[in-house]
Order: sequence, then structure tokens, then C-alpha cells
Amino acid sequence: MSLLTVSGSPHVHDSQSVSKIMYGVVYSLIPAMLVSFYFFGLAAILLTLTAVISCMAVEFVIQKYLIKGPVTVFDGSAIITGILLAFNVPANLPLWMVFIGSAVAIGMGKMTFGGLGKNPFNPALVGRVFLMISFPVHMTNYPTPTAFSTQLTDIVTGPTPLAIMKEGLQKGESVAEIIPQIPEYAQLLLGNMGGSMGEISAIALLLGGLYMAVRKIITWHIPVAYLGTVLVFTGIFWLIDPGYHFNPLYHLLSGGLMLGALYMATDMVTSPMSFWGMIIFGIGCGVLTVVIRMFGAYPEGVAFSILIMNAFVPLINRGIKPKRFGEEVKNG
Amino acid sequence: MLPLPAVVSIPLSQHLGAPASPVVAKGDKVKAGQLIAKGSGFISANIHSSVSGTVAKIDDMPDSSGYRKKSIVINVEGDDWDEGIDLGTELIRECHLSPQEITAKVNEKGIVGMGGATFPSHVKLMVPPGKKAEVLIINGVECEPYLTSDHRLMLEKADEMLVGTTIQMKALGVSKAIIGIENNKPDAIDHLQNKVKDYPGISVEALKVQYPQGGEKQLIKSLINREVPSGKLPIEVGAVVHNVGTAFAVYEAVQKNKPLVDRVVTVTGKNLKKPSNFMARIGTPVSALIEAAGGLPADTGKVVNGGPMMGKAISDLEVPVTKGTSGILIFPEREASRKEVLNCIRCARCLNVCPMGLEPYLLSVLADKKRFEDCEAERIMDCIECGSCLYICPSGRPLLDQIRVGKAQVGNLIRRRSQH
Repeated sequence: MSLLTVSGSPHVHDSQSVSKIMYGVVYSLIPAMLVSFYFFGLAAILLTLTAVISCMAVEFVIQKYLIKGPVTVFDGSAIITGILLAFNVPANLPLWMVFIGSAVAIGMGKMTFGGLGKNPFNPALVGRVFLMISFPVHMTNYPTPTAFSTQLTDIVTGPTPLAIMKEGLQKGESVAEIIPQIPEYAQLLLGNMGGSMGEISAIALLLGGLYMAVRKIITWHIPVAYLGTVLVFTGIFWLIDPGYHFNPLYHLLSGGLMLGALYMATDMVTSPMSFWGMIIFGIGCGVLTVVIRMFGAYPEGVAFSILIMNAFVPLINRGIKPKRFGEEVKNG
Repeated sequence: MLPLPAVVSIPLSQHLGAPASPVVAKGDKVKAGQLIAKGSGFISANIHSSVSGTVAKIDDMPDSSGYRKKSIVINVEGDDWDEGIDLGTELIRECHLSPQEITAKVNEKGIVGMGGATFPSHVKLMVPPGKKAEVLIINGVECEPYLTSDHRLMLEKADEMLVGTTIQMKALGVSKAIIGIENNKPDAIDHLQNKVKDYPGISVEALKVQYPQGGEKQLIKSLINREVPSGKLPIEVGAVVHNVGTAFAVYEAVQKNKPLVDRVVTVTGKNLKKPSNFMARIGTPVSALIEAAGGLPADTGKVVNGGPMMGKAISDLEVPVTKGTSGILIFPEREASRKEVLNCIRCARCLNVCPMGLEPYLLSVLADKKRFEDCEAERIMDCIECGSCLYICPSGRPLLDQIRVGKAQVGNLIRRRSQH
């Protein structure tokens, strides 16, 4: 008999692993990806492939030749960043820009801090915001969805519902005049609207979120707090003046809110740990999103909101502790 | 029942607290049940010979901690028991002793907590001045997965266990006892529910299966919904917790005059031929139990003394069964090693499973960085070392190992502070 192993307890371990969790997220993104492929066609497929391969390649090069440490390209996290970055840009974005976005996302957003688990900001959002500031024209030129398009150039583009809403209000149009210009609820739910590649279909994203919740990859706290805050906050404005403010459902179903609330805000690396920490984080994201959408210069504020709240995470973790056992003595 | 081994090695420190001091010398003839080492100090316990024979030596012998500890080694000759010990099986229900006499008896017979923590039982039966015991909680939860020794005891020795409970209630001066059993043991719940009709004041409560519910503080929370404050004992909320095995040992000590010289040990493992529960004499080498369970499988990679979550891996199969040995687990080679350690991905699973509401990820980093004052402020001493954080961690991080180091260092800090 060989020597016996001696190690500290416990001697049994859960079968869950980092890569199982990461690939779980990848699988959950498939429905939304398929919807994007349907509406944006070949361009979306190329975009996703470019982003994923670029992210993995950049991570590989940095780990292998710069850090000269272990290579963890296949743990699934770079794939997620790639898909999410692709989801966060217009489907017709030039591929070289996609590569730059990926390099920034992985290089600046993730590897500079020490790789998976150490980054304070969501890498995909770092990439998106970098692209938005660097290439504002390309990044706001959204293709209009058409089923099974194989066209790569001369794509018909149009504004997103949120942009229509914002511009309309700025021009002094009333809500009643603007509403006919934006798609109906059912179309918003399915994803038949202008927008970034992966943000369009609320229902596909919710399906993916549900899958992650069932597999216990994410918990309900952040998405519910985030979406709930947006619903309540925009709801209050709508109730005060429905002639000037939009029904909260438009806010919930359009733009990057679903994608952000379900995938980027819930990124476990960059969100708080405790129950109340997650709730506060979600509420903060919600408030900032509504403030930017209603009062800011940009029509959409999800990416900025989440990045700003990411910066607060260490503070939240420090201040908001889980309920300690025996803290408040209940005798009864 | 296990055949008697040829030699037993009985460590002098099988309980929490000070080691016992031997009262026999090399060459002495001893009988089974005879006192061979006396508890020294308040928190300590007497130790009795588990066999009859000759004391071969009193020397440092390996025990399950991996260290060599002072032990009394006895060559077994026959099976003679000390006078006054009733080995009969008939049930004696009446107990005429006063509470003080009961506690004295429990002390004299060397009874310790049988769940694994081995805290001397007589100490728990003495309510500190100013405090009042309201309820006795009997732990039938089976502290850890895989172990079945408490389950078997509840099925096979229910009456003895219940009389032991009644005796402990008398010693504590309480009129209420609750036996907590998890609902994956419906047979034990049914059986005891029938039996307790004859024992006034005792009730059985079925609990949802949840590790680590066998922990004292968690069990109190589940059964009477009170939280023991940080750093305090259960008596603070009026509760005293004893294991079913302890209740049985108390019965034997008080009603049968029998000291704690044997215990039920679960021997199990995936590839073991005959996984079983044995009534084993204290001091029996672990190898004898494994032999009786069909021998060590060829692919064995790890042998654990205790349960899978809190037990200790042993390197030497000749170490003895002690009062706290609830089980022997055999793990195959491929389950013997840990996962590869990866970066923490801040998934918060450790924080969600921690039964004490701590942040294991944070404590382990603070301990690793030697920030022990911060560890203390983050309540590292509340950690019950249940192992849930290390079990759940998808990155395979050595959370509990680092927390243990931190606890030891914070313990030193606290001791040093109290000396000044």
C-alpha cells in the first residue's frame, strides 16, 4: 500500500468548480446569442467570434509571454468577456474595433489587476466604455434588425428606442407623439428593436438568467434590486406626469438594462458578497441608470452605472457584513 | 462486537482539557473498568482500562492527531471486569441518586461528549451560579454525513438512552428535554416517538437535514430558536446539549456503574467490503476495526478518524480508538487529494454557507497576511471549523486551513492580553 494522504478537514468537496461556473454562464448566453444571430445575421456571428477569439488570444499572450505564469484561457472567463463585449456593441461594428475593445477589456480590465477574480471592474464593460469614448459614431450607429441577414456592409441603421425617446423629448415632442415611433412591448420583449447586438431580446436574456439562477450561479438579489429600482423610480415619474415621462415598462424592456442587470451587474468578481451588500449595489445601479437616462447626456446609462457601482464594491464589502450568528439574541 | 485486540494503547488525553495523570505503573495487573488515570483539574476526565491484563508501558505513543502522546499500553489477558460493574442487559429505569451524586458519578466514570468534541460531561451537568438551565437538548442529528453510529444507537439502545436523558434532566433540574433528529432517519424518529410516551418531559423533534446542524449552537437555534451569543456557552440561553451517545454513556455510568471504556464506531468507505458500526473498546487500534470491516481496500488513499467534514486524516493505522472516535472513513486514492487552488472569484459561496455568519474569504486572507487583530475584529474565534467553506469553494482555496492558523494566533493574542 502506498502512503496515506494527510490533509486538513474537510475531506469531501463540492463538485462545483470555477470553469463549471464560467461555462454555465456561457451556456446561459446561448438563447440571447441565437436571437442576435437571427436579427443581425452573419455580422453578429462574425462579431461574436472575433470578440471571443480576441479575448482568449490576448489573455493567452499576456499570461504566457508577459506574466510567464499559468495559462487559464480555457477556464471560460475570457469566453464570457468576449461574448458580453460582442453583446454590448452594435452588430456592424468594424472587426478591428472589436479587437481593440477585446484587448482593452482583457488587458486593461482584467490582466493588469492580476487576472480572474482580481479585477475591480467588469472587463466587458471596460471594453465597451473604451470603445464608446474612442469611436462614438460607430458605437451609436445601430443596425435595424432584419431576419437572417447575410449582409455585412450597407446595413440599414436606425436609432434605439431609448435614443428616439430622448431625442423626441429634447425636441419638445410629447410622449403620445413619440410612442408610435418605437416598437411595441411585444417586439421589445422579443428583441425586434435597434440596439447593441446582445441586448435586444429581454425574453432570451431572462431565460438565460433563469438558467443561471437554477444552477445557482447567480442569486436573485442584484437583478431584482436593480430592475425593481428602475421600475419604481421611473414609475414614480410616470405617475407624476405621464405626458412627459414614459411607462416604466419601456425602460425595463429597452436598452441594455436586462443584459446589464442579469449579466454584468451580477458578475461575481465585481459585485458585493453579502445579502444587503448585493441589494444596495442593485439599488445603486438602478438609481444611476434612471438618472443618466432621464437627466444625462447619454440616452443609456447601464454601463456607466454598473462601472460606478463596481468602484463602490470594496466599500460595500467593508461596511455591510453578513448577519453574524448570535449577534442579536432572540430569546423566545 | 469486535474481538478483543492483543494490545490496547490508551492515551491520557482523550478529552478537552488537562490530560489525566496515571495511577498505575508498568507491570500492574488491571481489570476492565478499573481506574488507570485520574482527571487533573476541573476540565479533565478520568480514564479507565478498557481491558484486563498487564500494563506493558506508559510511554509516548502515536495518536490520531499525528503527534505522540503519553499513553498507557496494556497487554490484554482474558476479559475480567472490575467488581461492581453490571454487564447485564436488563433495563434499570429508577434512579435514586441526588443531582450532585449523579454529577459525581458521571465525573468518576470518565464520561465525555461522544459527538466528537469530547468535552467532559460532568462540567456541562453543573450549572454555573447565576445561570439557569431550562431545557436539555439531546443531539441525535449525527454530527456529520457518512456517520451512522448515533443512528444505530437510537434504534438499538433507545430505552437506555432515554433513561440516561432522564438522569441528566434530574442532574440539571430541568423538566423538559428535546431530542433533535434529522428527517433522513424516519425509523429513528418513529421509534423514539413511540418510546418517549413512557418518559415524561422528553419530546422528539424532526429536523430538516442541514449540515452542520449537529453543532451545539446550530442545534439550539433549530430547536428552540435562540442564538448563543458570540463567545458564550449554551447555558447563556438556558440550554444544555448532550449527544445521544453521551446520554447512553451516562445511563451506563449511573445505572450500571460502568465507566466509559467502549463506544460505537462507524467504519465505512466506498470500496470497503463490510461497512459496519462496531462496539469497540477504547484503545483498540484502528487497523483492527478496518480488518473487521473487510480489510483495507487496495486503492485506499486516505483514512480519516471522525467524519468527512471535521475528521482528522491519520497516517498510522495503529493509532487507537479514543472516547471521541465517532467513525473511521476510508477514501479511495482519487478522492484523497484536494482540488487545484485557483484565484478567488468572489462568488460569495463561502459566506453564504457559513453557519456563523462569517466571511471565510476575508478571514483566510487576513490570516494569510498575518493581520491577526483584524481577524479578531472579524470574529474569527466564532468559527466552529465545520468545513463548509472549504467544501463549497469552487476555487479549492484552503480557507479553513488559513482560518485555523488565524484562530491559533488570535488565541495566543487573547491569552497574552489576559496575562497583562
